[in-house]
Amino acid sequence: MAKTSMKLAFLAGAAALGIASAASAAGPTASMLSNTCAGCHGEHGNSVGPASPTIAQMEKEAFIETMEGFKTGAIYSTIMGRIAEGYTEEEIELMAGYFSGQTYIPAKQSFDEGSVKKGQKLHDKYCEKCHAEGGKPVRGEEDEEYYILAGQWTPYLQYAMTDFQEKRREMPKKMKKKLDKMIEKEGDAGLEALYAFYASQQ
Amino acid sequence: MKINRRDFVKAAGAATAVGMVGVPHLAFGAGKKVVVVGGGTAGATAAKYLKMADDSVDVTIIEPNEHYYTCYMSNEVLAGDRTMDSIRQGYDGLKARGINVVHAAAEMIDPAAKVVKAGGKDYPFDRCIVAPGIELLYDKIEGYSAEVAETLTHAWKAGPQTEILRKQLEAMPDGGTAVIVAPPNPFRCPPGPYERASQFAHYFKHHKPKSKVLILDSKQKFSKQGLFTQGWEKFYGYGTDDSMIEWQPGPDAAVVKVDASTMTAETNFGDEVKADVMNVIPPQRAGKIAQASGLADDSGWCPVDKKTFESTLHKGVHVIGDACIATKMPKSGYAANSQGKVAAAAVAAMLKGEEPGTPSYVNTCYSIVAEGWGISVAAVYRLTQDGSTIAGVKGAGGLTPMDASDEAHRREVEYAYSWYDNIVQDIFG
Repeated sequence: MAKTSMKLAFLAGAAALGIASAASAAGPTASMLSNTCAGCHGEHGNSVGPASPTIAQMEKEAFIETMEGFKTGAIYSTIMGRIAEGYTEEEIELMAGYFSGQTYIPAKQSFDEGSVKKGQKLHDKYCEKCHAEGGKPVRGEEDEEYYILAGQWTPYLQYAMTDFQEKRREMPKKMKKKLDKMIEKEGDAGLEALYAFYASQQ
Repeated sequence: MKINRRDFVKAAGAATAVGMVGVPHLAFGAGKKVVVVGGGTAGATAAKYLKMADDSVDVTIIEPNEHYYTCYMSNEVLAGDRTMDSIRQGYDGLKARGINVVHAAAEMIDPAAKVVKAGGKDYPFDRCIVAPGIELLYDKIEGYSAEVAETLTHAWKAGPQTEILRKQLEAMPDGGTAVIVAPPNPFRCPPGPYERASQFAHYFKHHKPKSKVLILDSKQKFSKQGLFTQGWEKFYGYGTDDSMIEWQPGPDAAVVKVDASTMTAETNFGDEVKADVMNVIPPQRAGKIAQASGLADDSGWCPVDKKTFESTLHKGVHVIGDACIATKMPKSGYAANSQGKVAAAAVAAMLKGEEPGTPSYVNTCYSIVAEGWGISVAAVYRLTQDGSTIAGVKGAGGLTPMDASDEAHRREVEYAYSWYDNIVQDIFG
């Protein structure tokens, strides 16, 4: 009996090992791939700033879309395009899984306290529909894509916004409509207030 | 059925998987000892990631210095834009993770007895990770030595050397010439001498505008050359009669002799060059402990299995960072950090008797050429099928494009600072 189960166990072990080595032949694991990002994006994807964004708890589809966008050039970047091109679709998916499973730590940064209230109002009016709960990483409805704004590094948000406005990165139609409206009414001060509101969520 | 230890481990693993009671004394990696020699970028990263991969491993770092001054960003200290404090890192973060940090100089690694000798004590190991950095070969330049380097600094290991060189630049009269002697390949931080020249010029431009930087190189070309040249033309009049930077290529300009008393350098061609400040970066090889322990080959660097960084000369000992021969990966901080992670994962697996996984490596390197003007190079690497080469993924990586906008160059500086803050946290935090 003991002998049989040992033999069975050994067979199962060999089978498990077979699968494992097949997997490793296919490529590096999610953590092996993702650990290489930490030098710029922080341990487990929580950047200590001042500009490179936190990617911990980034929504999976958002991560994949962003990396593919870097690859094709649809999303402007300084360095990420060159790096994203080094990964296959499967590898990007693995990294997306890894980072979406991490816990987001909001950035510790300074902000204009006087603008936070106004920023919150503007957020509620123009942004909340897509960036729910003030732009936090919400795991609400299943399969719902989200892009984190709350607690993200302000310089990064400014770069992304500049790229949208200068048409280096395509804006979703709904976003363009809302943003145009907001800028028309509030001007660039509206954007500054929004940055303050997002940075205030620590 | 006869089973060897390896099969038994497999079987025990499978047994656990099918719900049998595990075998406690075979607990993964428990009680295994790993000694990390050298607490710089590669060594500290490996220690931290090994502990994160398997908390049961007893990890000890042997490092003579209580603080580590990063070479990266030390050129900004030379320009006066950064303080020494801002590049000083300590070991409290690693200690808090349960890593033993011993401040002693390792004298010998005995791969047969599996012991590291340091400060009169023996540190036994199951596996050893060696990250000794570089040894500076003073005697390759006549008249140069560790003593002379107190005057003609190398500043290629950050710390007191960085401070001396900064003070010399401050004391230099306007209209003076600072000479940088650039080393032959391979050496630590390939773009470093040229970023340094940029940072000298940046300081002179604002404080001593009649001064010049002269690079006497052993080489005919250098890392990021097109981008440096572009930046130097844009900011420092490079190529004109008033250029603040001059670069003289090898082999003619290679410095063969220096004299601290007359502040002169003699080139291969026979020219005598007078300097007001002279920064002599000599040829290099793998750090002393690697030489003393038979880990280096005739090239002076350490051959390793590129998948695990295990020495091909001594089993059970892994060599990472600047000291190892990592084929296409440069001797950079990010490469050392990346190798530390790959080695940690391999060691964690090997201690459990498992096959190490497929590695992934990255390099990202920024250089700050002028105020608000940065450049970069990046690459993602894979091990080739035959295991011989850590090669860049085709179609990926590369340099900042030559037609990048000023806005892009400005962001690269901000990302360079983010790189710094995040990587030191990743290594020492």
